[in-house]
This record gives sequence, C-alpha cells and structure tokens, in this order.
Amino acid sequence: MSETVPVKEGSAVTQATLVKKAAPKSDYKPADVSPQRRVQRSFAVRLWSIRHSRLLEWFYSRFADAFLLLHPLWKGIGYGRVEAPIKFVEKRVKGFMFDCRMCGQCILSSTGMSCPMNCPKQLRNGPCGGVRANGNCEVEPDMPCVWVKAWEGSQNMVNSDKILTVQKPVDQSLRETSAWLRVTAQAAAASEAAAKPGTAA
Amino acid sequence: MTARQLDENPAGIHLPLDPLPGHSSRGRLERVLRRGEFAVTTELNPPDSADPEDVYNRARIFDGWVDAINAVDASGANCHMSSVGICALLTRMGYAPIMQIACRDKNRIAIQGDVLGGAAMGVANMLCLTGDGVQAGDQPGAKPVFDLDSMSLLETVRIMRDNGKFLSGRKLTTPPQVFLGAAVNPFAPPFDFRPIHLGKKIAAGAQFVQTQYCFDVPMFKTFMQKARDLGHTEKVFILCGVGPLASAKTAKWIRSNVPGIHIPDAIIKRLEGAQDQKKEGKQLCIDIINEVKEISGVSGVHVMAYRQEEYVAEIVDESGVLKGRQPWKREVRRDDQIVAERLEHILHDEVTETQVDMVKTAH
Repeated sequence: MSETVPVKEGSAVTQATLVKKAAPKSDYKPADVSPQRRVQRSFAVRLWSIRHSRLLEWFYSRFADAFLLLHPLWKGIGYGRVEAPIKFVEKRVKGFMFDCRMCGQCILSSTGMSCPMNCPKQLRNGPCGGVRANGNCEVEPDMPCVWVKAWEGSQNMVNSDKILTVQKPVDQSLRETSAWLRVTAQAAAASEAAAKPGTAA
Repeated sequence: MTARQLDENPAGIHLPLDPLPGHSSRGRLERVLRRGEFAVTTELNPPDSADPEDVYNRARIFDGWVDAINAVDASGANCHMSSVGICALLTRMGYAPIMQIACRDKNRIAIQGDVLGGAAMGVANMLCLTGDGVQAGDQPGAKPVFDLDSMSLLETVRIMRDNGKFLSGRKLTTPPQVFLGAAVNPFAPPFDFRPIHLGKKIAAGAQFVQTQYCFDVPMFKTFMQKARDLGHTEKVFILCGVGPLASAKTAKWIRSNVPGIHIPDAIIKRLEGAQDQKKEGKQLCIDIINEVKEISGVSGVHVMAYRQEEYVAEIVDESGVLKGRQPWKREVRRDDQIVAERLEHILHDEVTETQVDMVKTAH
C-alpha cells in the first residue's frame, strides 16, 4: 500500500463528494474530518452504554471488587507482566463499548459512561460553548456532543454528582496503559496502608 | 495639572496599582467590580501586522468607555497577533488588558510560562478558555493541542497564584497576581448542566465570567435564576456578552456558521423589518444591555463589536450603564503636552521668535 497510484481527478464520485454536495452551502464544514469518515461512523454502541449507565455503573463496581480480590494473583505474576494481556482485553472491550481512546486514566464513572476523550477537544470537565442547538458537536456535526450525553448518562447513575469533581489535566505518560490495573494497584496500596497505620508515608 | 484619575499609579500609568485587601490582582477591573460598579469590557480586534501603532489605534477608540480590553488568543482559530504581544503593548500604555489563554495552541509548559510573562508585564486579568477547534480557522491543518482544558487551566493558574507553585510542584519565587476569568455559554445545550458547570468553574478558580453573545434575554434570565439559586452570583462576577449585529444577513450567517451563538427568529425579524439595519442592530444591542443590567447578579457587560468597534462608545453611552462614571482614560501628561505644543509651534507655525519676544510673552 506504500505505492502511490496516480489518481485521475474527478474520475470517481465518492461518498464524500455526495455528502459534501448534499449539505447546504452555508453550513460550517470542518476541514479535517472527511465526510466519508463521518458517514461511516456509528455511535450506536456508545449511546447504548450511556443509556444504560446505571447498569454499567453497578456492573463496574462489582467488576472492580472482583479485580481487587485478584490482587494477590496480579502481584504474584507481577503487575508489569500482566499489563500486556489485560491491556489487550481492556482496549478491545472498552473500545467496543465506549469508543475508548486508552488515555490510561479512566473517568467513565464520573462522566455518565460517556468517554470524554472522544471529544475533539478532549475536554474532561464539561462541554465547550460551541455545542450546536441540536446537541451535536461543533467540530463533528454528526456526532452527539460527548458532554450532552455525559450529563444525561450521569443523571441516571447512583453517584450522579461525581460529574462535579474538577478533573486534573491528563497525564500523557499514562496513555496506552491499563486503567483497570492501575486502579486495582492503587486501591490495594490504599487498603494496605490503612491496615497498618504509622508505617505509611 | 490635571487631577490624577481613579485607579492609576501616580508613579506611572504602566505600573501596577497598590495592593488592596481582599483583591487578588493589582489591576483596575477587579477594583471596579469589587466596588460594586457596573463594569464594561470589550474586545480588541487583533491586527494581522507587526506594527504596534495598529494595536494602539484600535485601543484608542475605547478610551474612557471601557474598564478592560480583552486581548484575544487567535479567536476562531484564525491566526493574528498573539494575546501576549497585544498585552505587552497595552500595559505599556496603561490600559487594563484581559489576557485570553486558549488551550488549543499551547501545552501546559508554554501556558505556565506565558502566565508568568504576562503577569510580569503588568497583566492583571487572565481569561481561561478552551478555544475553538483548529478546524474552524484559516489553518485547519494545524495540530490541535488541548493539553489542558479551560477548567484545568483555571486550576493551574490558581495554583500558581495561591500556592506559588507550578503544576509540577516546583516553587515560584514571585507568584503571578491575577484576577481569574472564565467563559460561560448559557445558550448552548445541555441547558440544565450549564449553571452547574459554572459552579465547577468557580470551584476551579474563576472570579469573573464573560458570557457568549446574549440575544435571548429570557433564556439568560433562566440561567441567572439557577445561578442565583445555586449561590454562584455571590462568588463570581458575571459579565453578560452583548454586541451589535450589522444586518439580518450577518445574523443569519452567524447563526448557521458560528457554533454556540443562539439568535432567536424574533431578532432576525426585527432586523429585517428595519429601514436602517445597522442602526437597528445597534439599538437592539442597547435594548439588550438595558434588559440584562436589571437582572440581579449581573455585574457588567462585555461588548463584542467585531469590526464595528467604533460603535462601542456610542452603545455604552446611549445605554447609560456607566451612570456618569468615566472609566480610566489614557491622557497625555501635562508636561509632555506643553513640550508637544511648543515643538509644534516652533516647527510648523513658521514664526521667528527672538528671545526678547519669548520673555515678553512668558510674562
């Protein structure tokens, strides 16, 4: 595929051309998202997850507990060694369900199960001012705003006020690492520290 | 000798004001707001040039009508003179700029450096924004940075100011003394989340907020009602964004092309029905100001008159929001003025004065 095939200009009518032509001329067209890609993308699974945020919240808390119970196992094998296979699974599961971008510091439970990294500006604290009147994104007009959905999803959840916490900037060095393992390791460390006070810090 | 103006450092107009208790900055805008006066801010259209005179000329038309001037940071992702550069020029001339910082073009290292640099030049107000996406601007191929977002940016600057530390925890020898601002848009969905979102911004460090263009006063009233109920108006100064629409055609264009600006049909109908649409647009802006100034919790207006900057003075004057108060105005100092007049006389009036004549006229 590295070979470049000379393309005859205007030889084929692509889907992109059709979409571009169909849109009213006055409409704002972002330049970098190709109409082709916009047509192909479907948000059905992502939106399903947000609609069922309460169920997923319940499920995740059980799942996190189970993962924590397995802490001795992870520790036995070594967190470093188990990282690759867990990441493989996590990336695919969360990628399918939430269009996860593997930022490595998952805050789905604070954002109504709507992954904030799907926002073109990667906002983690709330919507920008550019949300369209129909609730879609300003940059990708066909995508429902991640934060409009996050607000809807959060309202169905038990811990609906977690959306109010001010999130820290993303630590880019944690990209492409497993958030599940990190949360587990941190929780285990916290409970160990709590078990024997005085030795901590 | 002309009397020294209120909110001016006697040692020089370019110097910061005396610190006051309860104030986090040494600037004019915070003083005006904390005194409970109705503040007026505006936006300087950044030049596409390297000539400082362009900035001075564009600032001069606001003289005596506004309390602070926003120096925009490549608004709409279009490239212009940088906000740091504009602020450097404006502070030299004694103006009170509001330095806008957008997260689109700079990462946290560059932003924290600019905060220190800006504060060192005498910038007393900083407005933390996310920024428009690069796709909206004239160079859509640029790399969008968005390392921080507006909220984490607010928190970053607040940590620098209050804790005297960088985000990394490294100490600052002199923290920046700034009045922190944010932007809110009550006119875009999710509407019921917007007032809560404002609360998040306050928690992150916002001390004043400027809103997006308000053309729908009832919608703004609902937002303010909720903000009051949540107790936000006691913690933050809210400046309502207003501006004149040049014509019904522009209004329609803005509505379909600029994300986040909500213009109701009634406004467009009113403009279409007018004889002189430009005049009607200005009148509409004045009417909106008169309505929003009565809403409790509104501390001022932010007049955005893009490419109609010359109307800002008229709008502020005719709406009467200043109630006879005159904001700081750049004036030539008396001694400089005498020298200038004398030079003008000698160089251009073509008179030959003997020393005897000069002595005679002096008495």
